[in-house]
Amino acid sequence: MQVTSSQFKQTARVKLTDPRLQAALRKLQGNFVKGRADRIAELDNFEDIRDAAAAIRDRALAHLDRYLEEFENNATARGAIVHWAETAADVNRIVCEIAARHGVRRIAKSKSMVTEECGLNDALEAAGYEVVETDLGEYILQLAHEHPSHIVAPVVHKSRDEVSDLFAAKHGQPRKSDIAELTREARLMLRPRFLAADMGVTGANFLIAETGSTLIVTNEGNGRMVTTLPRVHVAITGIEKVVPTLEDVATLLRLLPRHGTGQAVTNYISLTTGVRGKDESDGPEHFHVILVDAGRTRLLGTDLQPMLRCIRCGACMNHCPVYQSIGGHAYGWVYPGPMGSVLTPSYVGLENALDLPHAATLCNQCGVVCPVKIPLPELLRKLREQQFERRLRPAAERMGLALWGRIAQRPALYAFAARIAAKILAWIGGREKLVHSLPFAGGWTGGRDLPAPEGRTFRDLYARRGATREESGEIK
Amino acid sequence: MSARDRILGRIRAAQGKAPVASPQERAVVASYIGARAPGPCPSLDWDPAVRFRERVLALSSTYEDVGAIEDAPRAVAHYLRGQALPLTAVCWPELSSLPWQEAGLVVETRAARGDDLVGITGAYCAIAETGTLLLLSGPRTPAAASLLPETHIALVRANCIVHTMEDAWALVREEHGMPPRAVNFVSGPSRTADIEQTLTLGAHGPYRVHVVLVR
Repeated sequence: MQVTSSQFKQTARVKLTDPRLQAALRKLQGNFVKGRADRIAELDNFEDIRDAAAAIRDRALAHLDRYLEEFENNATARGAIVHWAETAADVNRIVCEIAARHGVRRIAKSKSMVTEECGLNDALEAAGYEVVETDLGEYILQLAHEHPSHIVAPVVHKSRDEVSDLFAAKHGQPRKSDIAELTREARLMLRPRFLAADMGVTGANFLIAETGSTLIVTNEGNGRMVTTLPRVHVAITGIEKVVPTLEDVATLLRLLPRHGTGQAVTNYISLTTGVRGKDESDGPEHFHVILVDAGRTRLLGTDLQPMLRCIRCGACMNHCPVYQSIGGHAYGWVYPGPMGSVLTPSYVGLENALDLPHAATLCNQCGVVCPVKIPLPELLRKLREQQFERRLRPAAERMGLALWGRIAQRPALYAFAARIAAKILAWIGGREKLVHSLPFAGGWTGGRDLPAPEGRTFRDLYARRGATREESGEIK
Repeated sequence: MSARDRILGRIRAAQGKAPVASPQERAVVASYIGARAPGPCPSLDWDPAVRFRERVLALSSTYEDVGAIEDAPRAVAHYLRGQALPLTAVCWPELSSLPWQEAGLVVETRAARGDDLVGITGAYCAIAETGTLLLLSGPRTPAAASLLPETHIALVRANCIVHTMEDAWALVREEHGMPPRAVNFVSGPSRTADIEQTLTLGAHGPYRVHVVLVR
C-alpha cells in the first residue's frame, strides 16, 4: 500500500472538520471503549492474564527463529507448504505463483492487514485473477476503492447512507437504507463468490508452533467459508505471530476479543492444520502458509522489539485522543493510532512518516489498555529521539531543542530565562490574559489560545514555599 | 541462500545469537512446548451446564434440554415448526441413525450446499466459560454443515461440557493426539457490526443457532 503519512498534518486538518467522520468516531468510543471495560471486569484475575499474555509474546520473540522452525516442521508434517517472504513484493509474487500452480481463477479473501501492507489485491488483479474481499467492511472498501481506517472495524469512517448509495450503484438493485437489509444484500452477493472460489486467502491471528496450525478470529463467518470451501487455502501472516502452544493461544484469546470489539469471545475461532483428509467432503486440498518479514526483523534486538508483541486488537487506537479526533486515514498507511505510529515509521522508514511519532499526546491511555503491555508512549519517544539524532526534524525545531537543552542544564540561567519569558508572555497576554499567537508556535496557537502566565514562575513559588516551611519548622 | 535462511539468519543476528541454535536453546524451546502449561484462568466457580446455558443465551442463540439423544429429533422438529422453518435439513453423517423420519423430518446426510436452509450437527465438546461449541472436522463431521445453512442446530451432550478452552485442548490431545484439519469454535449466530457499529445477525454464516442439550 502506498504511504501517504508525510501528509499527516494536512489530512488531519480535513478530518477534524468532517462532521460525518466525527459522528462515526464518537460511536466507536461508546461501543469499543465501554465494551472493553465491561468485558475485562468479568475476569477476576485480569492483570494476571495480561502479565501471562505479555510473557507468552516475549517468549515467542526471544526464541523466534526456533518457534518458526518448529511451526514449519509441524505444518509441513501435516501437508502444508510453508513459504518465506522477505518483502511485500515477495508475498505478491508467491501468491501469484501458488495461484498459477493450482490453476486458480477466482479468489475469495477474508480480512488481512498484512495483505493490505502488500497491496495484494492490486497485484492479483494485475495478474488477471478475480479477487473479492468477503469481510463486509473490506467488501465495502473494495467497492469504494478505499483503504481501511481501523484495523478491526475497517469501514468505521463510512455512514450507512454512503453504503446505501454505494450498494445501489454497484449492485444495480433498489436502494436499501436498513443496515440489516444492506448486510443481507451483501450476503446474497457474496454467497456465490464463496462457492465459486478456487482459492481462499486469509491472514492468521496466530501461528501455533506446537501443531503447525494457523488460527483466525472472526465474527461474520467469511473466514470459515474461505478456509472450508475453496480447494486451495493460503494463509499470510507476519513472522512475529507465532506462539508456542495451544494453551498460550487460550490465554491470548481471553484478551483479544475483549480488547478488540468488547466481546468475551468472537463468534468464530478457527484453527486450521494441514489439508483435507481422505473421505472428507470439505476443506482445502492444498494449504500454503506465507511467513512475512517485510521490516519485522529490523525491530528485533532494538528498543522497539516490544512492538512485535502486538496482537492487533485495536484498543490503543480506540482509546487514543488523537485517533478519536482524526480517524485512521490521516496516518497514511495500513496501521493507524499509536501502534501504527510505531509500526509505520519502522516498516516504511522514519523519513517517510515524520509526523507519526508526534501524533500522540503521550497520555499513556494506549499503554494502559494494551493487552500485552506494549509501552507505546515510550516507543514513540524512542522514535522521536531517533528522528532528532538522524537530523530528520526541521532545522528550527532542532535548534530550538538544542537551545532549550543547553539552558535547561544551567539551573540559574533557566530560572532567569523562565522569569523573562513569563514576563513577556504576560505582557503579550494583556488584560485578556490570553496569548492568541506566538512566533514559531503558530501550529499550537492556531487552534487554541495560550493562557498567559500570571505572577511568579513555578520555580520562584517552589523556592518560596521551601523557605516558608523551613521558617515554620516543617522541614529541618 | 534461501529467503528462509536469510530471515532466520537476520533474526539470530539481530538478537546477537550465533548463526546456529545451541543445544541448550533447542532444549529450552522443546521443554516449554512439551510442558503445555495452561496459563491463569478466571475463577471457575460455576456449574458447567448452568454457565453454558447462560452464556449460550447471552450470545443470541436459543437453547433447550432433552432427556436422551433419541428425543433430539422430536425437539428439532418442534423448534423448526415453531420458527416456521422447513422440516428439511442436512445433517452430519455421525447423527444419521437418529429417528429423524419418525419426528417428521427429511434429513439428508451429505455435504452441505449453498442453498441448504437447516444444518444439524453434534459438537465434540462445549465450553462453559464462553458458551462455545467446539466442532472437529472429519468425514462424519463435515465443517460446512454448521456454516452454510441459515439455521444451525447443534446437539450437545451434557457430559461433554468442559470449563475452558484449555480443557478443550487437553481433551483433543488426549483423544486425537493432534488437532484435525479444522477445529471450529462457534459462539452464536454469525454477526457483523461493520456498518455504523450496528450489530446485525447472519452476516455470512447462520442467522440462528439452536442448542439442544442432551442430558
